[in-house]
Amino acid sequence: MDGAAQTLGGRGGLRSSQRTTAALRHLALRGAAVVYLGLLVALPVVAVVTKGFGDGFVTFREAMATPAAWAAIRLTLWTSTVAAALNAVMGTLLAWVLVRYRFPGRRLLSTVVDLPLAIPTLVTGVMILALYGPNSLFGRFLDDLGVRVLFTPIAIVIALCTVTLPLVVRNVQPVLQELDKAEEEAAATLGAGPRTTFRRVVFPAIRSAVVAGTLLTFSRCLGEIGSVILVAGNIPKKTLTAPVFIFQLTSQFKPAEAAAVATLLFAISFVLVLATTRLIARNEASA
Amino acid sequence: MSTRIVVEGLTKRFGSFEAVTDVTFTAPAGAITALLGPSGSGKSTVLRMIAGLEEPTAGRIVMGDEELTVKSVQERRVGFVFQHYALFRHMTVADNVGFGLRVRKEDKAVREARVRELLELVHLEPFADRYPAQLSGGQRQRVALARALAPAPKVLLLDEPFGALDAKVRQDLRRWLDELHRELGVTSVLVTHDQEEALELANQIVVMHEGRVEQVGSPGEIYDQPVTPFVAGFVGAANVLNGEVIGGHVHLGSIRIPGAAHLDEGAAAAAFVRPHDVRVASGDGDVSAVVERVASLGWLSRVSLRLPGGETLVAHVPNDELHGVGEGDAIRVDLRNPKAFLAPHETSAREEITSPA
Repeated sequence: MDGAAQTLGGRGGLRSSQRTTAALRHLALRGAAVVYLGLLVALPVVAVVTKGFGDGFVTFREAMATPAAWAAIRLTLWTSTVAAALNAVMGTLLAWVLVRYRFPGRRLLSTVVDLPLAIPTLVTGVMILALYGPNSLFGRFLDDLGVRVLFTPIAIVIALCTVTLPLVVRNVQPVLQELDKAEEEAAATLGAGPRTTFRRVVFPAIRSAVVAGTLLTFSRCLGEIGSVILVAGNIPKKTLTAPVFIFQLTSQFKPAEAAAVATLLFAISFVLVLATTRLIARNEASA
Repeated sequence: MSTRIVVEGLTKRFGSFEAVTDVTFTAPAGAITALLGPSGSGKSTVLRMIAGLEEPTAGRIVMGDEELTVKSVQERRVGFVFQHYALFRHMTVADNVGFGLRVRKEDKAVREARVRELLELVHLEPFADRYPAQLSGGQRQRVALARALAPAPKVLLLDEPFGALDAKVRQDLRRWLDELHRELGVTSVLVTHDQEEALELANQIVVMHEGRVEQVGSPGEIYDQPVTPFVAGFVGAANVLNGEVIGGHVHLGSIRIPGAAHLDEGAAAAAFVRPHDVRVASGDGDVSAVVERVASLGWLSRVSLRLPGGETLVAHVPNDELHGVGEGDAIRVDLRNPKAFLAPHETSAREEITSPA
């Protein structure tokens, strides 16, 4: 009895010292994470917002008063919306094809989907220039049809779609993979045709993933500069997007104006990120 | 309400693999027909062809006087219950059950009344607003059944409906399905690999093996008069004793087992004897054997015996008929109701008990 009690006491002591080390370790880990996030994200955000609102709303209002600023933000918003909508539909379709069909070249296609993430966006811009430029067959063909792509918003949308292609696909694909085909078969035996089955059974199951992927695409589009700067032509009030505008402002030594436009972009992105994380959390909760 | 199903010469090829070969049977109106066989025997494929989820390569399916083969899944109006429930996970229990009515544009009031009626039938009214993820396996399968029954299908097709459930729930659900079927009388086809399930639930059993029908009959016929060695070995437990046909008996060494008069003299034959047909003889028995092990299974004991030729034999003996038999004893046993067949080609003939009774 005595021996047992001693062993128990000894083990208890060991455990409490282990607990202290564990607590310290957790504290250190959490501290490191917070500091890292602070340095990389929080501080720059504070800096840009203070700069943008340096003298209260005055700097901000003045910066936004230049017609080019609002035009740039409007252009960025609508091209991003179009690109996100296009990739929402096409990305879901691609994911469906990749998950549901077995065909030669499927793996190659799967790799191609990831390519835009792997290559620098500037390179994507160069590729678009090469394809739609006046020296290429395709570019000349479109020219003959009277369609101008380069240095128009169409080029911006193409660049944005290319760069963000994988986002919806890779969000939707795993959810589709987990979808039980028997659910669709059950719907069929209950009298539902393919369209009703998609609308009532398949889509509700992947909806959150599609929306999350689309929001991610949209916020990624808001900030895209590498590919856009090469293909847009950057004509103020016509094809000058907000990120390119910010880039120009900083190179013209107008940090306050740059910060003001950046703050607005940041605010939009921030709301989107919040919405996305909310959606993903809800998705996981219901799964 | 009830309709019979006639399946005629049904064949299904997947590429070069023939999953189902020339399957013919009739599922009588208002009865449960079990398609029984090991996995890969093609039974699920037959069921899926009846539902229209799979297109037959050849053959036809007739429901009542309606040719089903040319109809789409949606038009066939069958109820289908899947092994893994296949409930719509983002819909509540009530919406799941009402799905078939909703798709068929049934009136909302009618739909709601029918959903209530079915949830009552499967004893799940309090769960109407839950989601499938919040239910147990047994409850989910009951929802699946209610969903399949809601549009009043002419036939109910069940694909291993208890396969994903644990033993206890399975037993309960099986009994419950039996009662439900008595109440509704809807023609049902049940796919299962569990012979006990088939024997208990079905009015008729179709035993399948490697894509073909081995035997069609009542549970009693299948159990007592198997027509192929496969059926004898698969349905119910059986000892297999391999020997040679001499004078209408299967001979293994000094042992003579009767019942081989229909086989050619000198042929290699297998005699199937159920464990409960191996009786400890009070006087002179047919066969002498040494008791290797006695294991109690409750009210009966599993007695492992070794025959003089080295073959093993398993007997299920009620405890009050054991007469104090113990390990190492030399005893004599009677082999009742042996069934002799030409030896199956496979060398993997079951020497072991296929399943404890």
